[in-house]
Amino acid sequence: MKISLIWEHLYMVFWAVVFSLMAGLPLGVLTYFYPKARKAILWVVDLFQTIPSLALLGIIMVFLGAGKVTVITGLTLYSLLPIVRNTYLGLREVDPALKEAARGMGMSRGYQLLHVELPLASPVIFTGIRIAAVNAVGTAVFAIFVGGGGLGSMLYNGIRIQNMSMILKGTGVLMLMAILFDFGMGRVEVFLNRKTAGKSRVSAGYAD
Amino acid sequence: MIQFEHVVKRYGKNTILHDLNFTIPDGQFVVLIGPSGCGKTTSLKMINRLIEPDEGRILIDGEDYAGKNPVNLRRHIGYVIQQIGLFPNMTVAQNISVVPRLLGQDKAACDKKVHELLEMVDLPYEQYAHKYPNELSGGQQQRIGVLRALAASPPIVLMDEPFGALDPMTREVLQDEVKRLQRKLHKTIVFVTHDMGEALKMADIIIFMNGGQIEQMAPPEKMLEAPASDLVRSFLGKHQLSDSNPLYVEDFMRTNPYTVDFHRGVLECAEKMARSGVDTLLVTDDDDHYLGTVSIRDIKLKGREAGSIEPLISTEVRTVCLGDDAQESVNYLLTSGESYVVVLRPDQTVAGIITKNSMAKVVANTLWGDDK
Repeated sequence: MKISLIWEHLYMVFWAVVFSLMAGLPLGVLTYFYPKARKAILWVVDLFQTIPSLALLGIIMVFLGAGKVTVITGLTLYSLLPIVRNTYLGLREVDPALKEAARGMGMSRGYQLLHVELPLASPVIFTGIRIAAVNAVGTAVFAIFVGGGGLGSMLYNGIRIQNMSMILKGTGVLMLMAILFDFGMGRVEVFLNRKTAGKSRVSAGYAD
Repeated sequence: MIQFEHVVKRYGKNTILHDLNFTIPDGQFVVLIGPSGCGKTTSLKMINRLIEPDEGRILIDGEDYAGKNPVNLRRHIGYVIQQIGLFPNMTVAQNISVVPRLLGQDKAACDKKVHELLEMVDLPYEQYAHKYPNELSGGQQQRIGVLRALAASPPIVLMDEPFGALDPMTREVLQDEVKRLQRKLHKTIVFVTHDMGEALKMADIIIFMNGGQIEQMAPPEKMLEAPASDLVRSFLGKHQLSDSNPLYVEDFMRTNPYTVDFHRGVLECAEKMARSGVDTLLVTDDDDHYLGTVSIRDIKLKGREAGSIEPLISTEVRTVCLGDDAQESVNYLLTSGESYVVVLRPDQTVAGIITKNSMAKVVANTLWGDDK
């Protein structure tokens, strides 16, 4: 097994999550600010999720050609839903009393968003990122069909030459990767939760 | 100065405020009170434009802020809410500094202000400034809430039932503190509450609202003296000590006094007195009619030869009837040195007695509430 496959895989997942965060966070804020846009935005990001991942990558390949760009674009669209939805939910669930206090004290809308609402919504938003990342690790397997490489090639080759140990190795690495993502980012969530709840000695990685 | 001119607010078909007019002079502690849904909180939130009026204007120092960006106005009006609303992700110092920071003051100036304010409420800076809100008790949190509202030295502070969620002890302490701060800093405070005790204690002027209109606007003393309506009177309730509702003897009376039938023997009587810890008993006949009293002194003096208590009955103790004005009896007890007055029903049976003790209890309840 080549380490480079793992890096390739991580590379695609990483950029997909980064791009979907860059797009999803503003979209989430928009859905929160503008009730009229809410339904439309949530409907569209929901729609991306209903397209089978392999089909989505295929459709994008028609436009962008084979390669990592196609994979990253597909994964980005795929990751939008959890991020947009959790951003919206996180902002919505901030205690109304805090929102009123912020407004009543004379914070502008943007200031209130940046200094009160986003920090307090950050644990929920981060949950969205975690879900997106863990999903992307699995979905990125399909990269092999659109020329993106990654750990999908191990599975694909393993199936083709009926090499069970190869399949299992690839699967094991993918599972481990997903578990590590889930666990590591879960720790960050605990940290954020403690921070927004206002505990003095915040330390990442320790929950009690 | 805050002026409401013909302010109307509607939610759908419901009119919350009907043509509201009043003026709040500078430096006054004004309390808005009334039954729920009377529009007091709505009125308060119109001052910092969290709610906009449908008609009429609200002038602050003669200026109408409608149509201007409310953000700047709000930074110059302190705001304290019932839910406290300290930002949990910020320390005490950061919470207090919110408005000064919004106004562009630098960190050093903010820090100085935090020092100064914490000192004013006896929360040492070193100990509290860097704590987070949820490490504080409810009372401490709302103290910080009040300080946060004062941090940018606004001339006006709005308080929306700020102590409603606190326990009675803490509430008392904070009321005193806020009143003290107001006297010291000469702020105009507009304060919403539904607790008349709080209103009477804090206010220079009470605005009593009902159904979106002002029922009465008066200083506490005036309101107590002359409530404008029955609703105001019922809100004043136990706080009112006026002669507009006279007190009757039954208001001061203790029921179930110790009585004895006139057939009983002296020894039995003496024993009952000893058991009940009293020195006199009320004597009744077979039909429970009041006959008089018998005292331990008379039993000791003449009991031996009498055998029965009938000859010992004294009718010297003053009797009054249910429905009599209490004042006379109260005065009598206070001046004569007698220890009690017997209260009779119209059919001459015993209803109860008034003692100095039972009087004192009523007065205490009136002053400090009826805690059973």
